[in-house]
Amino acid sequence: MSQADVCVVACAEAWRGDGAVLASTTGVVPRLGARLAQLTFAPDLLLTDGEATLLHDDEPEGWLPYRAVFGVVAAGTRHVMMGASQLDRFGNQNISCIGDWHRPTRQLLGVRGAPGNTVNHTTSYWVPRHEPRVFVEHVDMVSGIGHDRGAAEIRVVVTNLAVLDFATPDRSMRLRSVHPGVSVAEVQAATGFPLTVPAFVEVTREPTPAELEIIEHLDPDGLR
Amino acid sequence: MTVMSVDEVVGELRDGMTVGIGGWGSRRKPMALVRAICRAGLRDLTLVSYGGPDVGLLVAAGCVRRVVTGFVSLDSIPLEPHFARARQHGEIALLEYDEGMLYWGLLAAANRLPFLPIRAGLGSDVLRVNPHLRTVRSPYADSSDLVAMPAVTLDAALVHLNRADRRGNARYLGPDPYFDDLFCLAARRRFVSCERLVSTAELVNEGPPQGLLLNRMMVDGVVETPHGAHFTSCVPDYGRDESFQREYATADWATFRATYLDGDEDDYQKAVAAREPS
Repeated sequence: MSQADVCVVACAEAWRGDGAVLASTTGVVPRLGARLAQLTFAPDLLLTDGEATLLHDDEPEGWLPYRAVFGVVAAGTRHVMMGASQLDRFGNQNISCIGDWHRPTRQLLGVRGAPGNTVNHTTSYWVPRHEPRVFVEHVDMVSGIGHDRGAAEIRVVVTNLAVLDFATPDRSMRLRSVHPGVSVAEVQAATGFPLTVPAFVEVTREPTPAELEIIEHLDPDGLR
Repeated sequence: MTVMSVDEVVGELRDGMTVGIGGWGSRRKPMALVRAICRAGLRDLTLVSYGGPDVGLLVAAGCVRRVVTGFVSLDSIPLEPHFARARQHGEIALLEYDEGMLYWGLLAAANRLPFLPIRAGLGSDVLRVNPHLRTVRSPYADSSDLVAMPAVTLDAALVHLNRADRRGNARYLGPDPYFDDLFCLAARRRFVSCERLVSTAELVNEGPPQGLLLNRMMVDGVVETPHGAHFTSCVPDYGRDESFQREYATADWATFRATYLDGDEDDYQKAVAAREPS
């Protein structure tokens, strides 16, 4: 079992209880998580191949071109796990650019579908490197909106160190669990704003042997 | 409706026009037409695109004043280097919309509506950096506030499909139509490049009727450009040329331009065919 396997399971857990919604991902680890969830405790999830084909355990089961995805977004029957170049305590996310938008020091992807995703349906985030320059006081360009700006639901943020959620009175970020071998202090030091830390912090659950077998089957080349 | 050459299509365009380009990211882009615009040296264009190397090439060639988009990406290479560089040097203006907002803007234009209401954008900095955007309040019992996404009207649309006939009917053979029909419906002048010009009978028989994305009401000119989407994907005719895309993304612009863009489209295709596989 590797740290990546723990992260895959933590990502999979984001979709637990979601029913027949479209699970969309960016990145290898969230994609493995969504596939693992579909094959185990969330069998009703819908996944695409990243383009227009709906897949169930790698077999085509339907057609969903991009214009139909926007219909799903508007209907709210989707739970996306996006990346984040910056993220603040309320879950405001930036993937557009770093610095002043009018002349950025670093142009990134653009807002993509993040504004529409976050206002319409459940969103989670995957951050492969938990560090202060990602977890910031204020993001430079609010692409995905957080709970203080009317987000539908920011459910969890899974990082290489921990799982964070928003189970606080003002729906700001809280440490839910630390991955095995990671200390609370490490997570706090890697977060650029004061993080709510409950009296008792759980350890992120480890994959079961059956889950490890599935992950190995889904990612035989170890891209995770 | 006329069958045209690449250069005749470009001859219909003028400096300062708003030009919509179909496809998505580095997929099914009318690259032969894009290359011809670079060669012709058009200036001050406003590009409307789900952006890929179409935007990057035209920006690098100095043809662009403003880009209207939700992203510019090469898909397998996340960031478009020429677009990013131009933004970081303040060389181009950007109208940055959520992807769904751009869809809605094209849909509004296609339906001759001044705007369409949408939730996407509410609460986000898209409204901060686009101070021209307004919200509307629903006149019904919910009274909710929504973004009034303005129509994105185009002077010209350029799209690339797998097959077309001489009348301007056209079909896609890949998995996704993207928004090419909406780009055409939102534009005053509509130009389609295709992998192969075929007879109407062959066009109709090559797949199911719902793959016939464009009809001749929506098209003013059609041009046959084999490998015209290169190096973006045009499945099932061909996939993305990843090795060429890497060269594009890493080469210095003057070298790339001299190697691939100084001649005409035939020269480009010959230069591509002569590359050592890498």
